[in-house]
Amino acid sequence: MKAPRFAYARPASIAEALALLEKHGDDARVLAGGQSLVPMLNFRLAAPKVLVDINRIAALSGIKVAKDRVRIGALTRHVELERSADVARHLPLVAAAMPHIAHPAIRNRGTFGGSCALADPAAELPACALALGATFIAAGKKGERRIAAEDFFRGLYATALKVGELLVAAEFPLPKPGYASAFGELARRHGDYAMVGVAVHGSTQGQKFADMRVVFFGVADRPQRAAQFERSLDGRPAAAKTIAAALAELDADLSPRADLHGSAATKLHLAKVLAGRVLKKMEGVAA
Amino acid sequence: MNAPLEAIEISLIVNGERVKRSVPARLNLADFLRNELELTGTHVGCEHGVCGACTVRVDGEIVRGCLMFAAQADGCKVDTIEGLSDSREIEELQSAFVLTNALQCGFCTPGVLMAAQALLRDEPDPTRERIREYLSGNYCRCTGYQAIVDAIEAVAKARVSRNRK
Repeated sequence: MKAPRFAYARPASIAEALALLEKHGDDARVLAGGQSLVPMLNFRLAAPKVLVDINRIAALSGIKVAKDRVRIGALTRHVELERSADVARHLPLVAAAMPHIAHPAIRNRGTFGGSCALADPAAELPACALALGATFIAAGKKGERRIAAEDFFRGLYATALKVGELLVAAEFPLPKPGYASAFGELARRHGDYAMVGVAVHGSTQGQKFADMRVVFFGVADRPQRAAQFERSLDGRPAAAKTIAAALAELDADLSPRADLHGSAATKLHLAKVLAGRVLKKMEGVAA
Repeated sequence: MNAPLEAIEISLIVNGERVKRSVPARLNLADFLRNELELTGTHVGCEHGVCGACTVRVDGEIVRGCLMFAAQADGCKVDTIEGLSDSREIEELQSAFVLTNALQCGFCTPGVLMAAQALLRDEPDPTRERIREYLSGNYCRCTGYQAIVDAIEAVAKARVSRNRK
């Protein structure tokens, strides 16, 4: 239960980090908050020859609000998101997700970018990024490239990041007027990864659902939008009745695999229960 | 520091004292504190961040000692249960834990005290529900938590009422 041997490097800039990642290629892993990577090392699920510790690269941290977007640096700690007035105001979905992520001591170290780059299928932030239509920014030796959240999560612990690339930030568009969001998850113990979770964003303006994005996590190999369910909400009254009638669509949208938490049927059932509860909490939805 | 190294020179402040060592890159902070500095109040339970027994403070914030490498604490200020105890920062919590019988085997207690002190610093008057939620990352297999919550609540109430006077 100790990490295997590795060599440790602590670059002071993004350029230095990229040089190290390019030089060591597949042998290197980025060490951000370490709250998932270090357990993986201790369990010997990963054994990189080189760890590139990005914790001292100040340019990777921070939350910035611009005219039409919020930029979250990859090294921004969970605790910073949790306490940020800008996040609470502009990205209430992310703010609502934060208390569900592990525990205070973990949130003090764990990072936004680490969580997204790891792409645990039951993690909260990847689902929020997908629901809010975020764009990830990866740096490589040829410069930066932008990857939409839809294209970023590629499967179980798999992302669009290439060997030698570093996730530097994500940009979230500022929600338009009339848009609301809601978040919920079911876990056996507070702070555990979700058995099933859902992140919702969309318009309830004029008592009608529109442009709904309903993203489930913990039910597939990556965060998953429920397309049929969304379609059966859009254009209909933002009311409990609409939600109840649409829930059956989740049979078509989701095909969860059985895991330690329960059978496929249990998870599908829980997804429906949770979606029903969470959507009713959305601002602008009538009882 | 740019070239990857397997042995790292570190210099940090532990419980107010400057410490310099050369450490293997793979050595975690909890093992460093226990084995190099003989600060054995930081306990090592699960070694994957679940149990909370290794909770220490780095630059004022609680972290898992098992999920951080000693090399990463270079230049940092680290406080362990020994430091908080010697400075009497957690004296009231310790007394309340004894009074309410909030520990039995004591394995989790240092981590629980670190977490409780962090909570009361940020939120002086938490509800019982909030105390439970905050301590959800610290496992105790003896007490059933009731007495731990009692102790922390009692200290919070005493501090709040003292500050009102």
